[in-house]
Amino acid sequence: MVSGMIEFRLSARSGVPTYLQLVQQVRQAVRLGMLQPGDQLPTVKTVVGSLAINPNTVLKAYRELDREGLVEARPGQGTFVSRALPPTPPGDYARLQSALLDWIRRARDAGLDEDDVAALVAATLQAVAAREAA
Amino acid sequence: MSAHPVVETRGLGKRYGSRWALRDCSLEIPAGSVTALIGPNGAGKTTLLHMLIGLSRPSAGEVRILGRSPREQPALVLPRVGFVAQEHPLYRSFTLAELLEAGRRLNPRWDAELATSRVTRLGIPLSQKVGRLSGGQQAQVALTLALGKRPDLLVLDEPVASLDPLARREFLQGLMEAVAGEGLTVVLSSHIVAELERVCDHLVILASGGVQLAGPIDEILGAHRLLTGTRRDPGAVARIDSVIRASHTERQTMLLVRAERPIADPSWQVDEVGLEELVLAYLEQQAGHAAPEVGRLELAS
Repeated sequence: MVSGMIEFRLSARSGVPTYLQLVQQVRQAVRLGMLQPGDQLPTVKTVVGSLAINPNTVLKAYRELDREGLVEARPGQGTFVSRALPPTPPGDYARLQSALLDWIRRARDAGLDEDDVAALVAATLQAVAAREAA
Repeated sequence: MSAHPVVETRGLGKRYGSRWALRDCSLEIPAGSVTALIGPNGAGKTTLLHMLIGLSRPSAGEVRILGRSPREQPALVLPRVGFVAQEHPLYRSFTLAELLEAGRRLNPRWDAELATSRVTRLGIPLSQKVGRLSGGQQAQVALTLALGKRPDLLVLDEPVASLDPLARREFLQGLMEAVAGEGLTVVLSSHIVAELERVCDHLVILASGGVQLAGPIDEILGAHRLLTGTRRDPGAVARIDSVIRASHTERQTMLLVRAERPIADPSWQVDEVGLEELVLAYLEQQAGHAAPEVGRLELAS
């Protein structure tokens, strides 16, 4: 049992920098309501103790979230969620999925197999992440 | 904390007979950092670590730990330095309780509560003979003894090389917790690059008895790029000193370059470099043949 509201996980293969994976997971947890304003993020020590990563990586992620205004650091206490994010409405999910379906059909027609599609999606996500990180 | 880097070496060298195991090594390791010392066997990693902790006398240059020399002022330096040697040697006939007692008696700043709570969390019985513990447990005990000193600097020589993946993960978890909790500075040597990327924020590459590359990992990765394009003349490429590694096929040339500024030449596809690829390129370069002639790469068109 890990104390706190959420537990981080890391994917070594995503190509997304570690700190950014933490940032994305907090955003997602806030969006899904798993984290609400006033909730405390796991302490740096807890995170590094479970993921075996450098503490500065966690600090960098929390600083980024602080800069976005999603969380606030309270000296001596920890880092707390300071606002909610609007959840993605179900209508958007359906629209996005149907657009994706169309796209996958076009990719198939163009001769891309499943691996090609996955590689293209991964490369595009990576390019976006790199741009966001820059 | 003083303004001194925790570790500072200037022109440091060690000679065994006529052979230099390490030469002209100048480094600064800032407080609170976790530094990976990477290099092939025989590159001088252990030699360097032993000079940092005063176990070995430099043949040239100097070492400062927390602003002082570990050999000239050992009483001031050594209580603040923890060391975990390769293969984690321990007194095998001692019980764990006896080993912790030895730690208490030998170290003026010994933190019995920290040491006891660490072994309790690891679930190792205090009555257990150390020689009967698993490799992973022995590594954890060695780490506990080093942390029990409450060091400002912790030096580890190949701490995870002999451990299975689970024990390796648990060891690094414990180490990172200590870094987060105590504001410790860590220097560790390894030839396993993959794990280091998560754990370390600074990198030193040692090869052929010298420092090939040193600095914050973010900056190092930011200053290197992988270029892919149509085939260029290998002779011309080989004369460019910012090329770390070049490979050519009949049609294609791929270069790993050090590039301080963005690369504007549209005839190259420019990609970021991963840490493992970068380290391997530097090590290959050293294992390779002639030193590259100095030249200049015209990357901005």
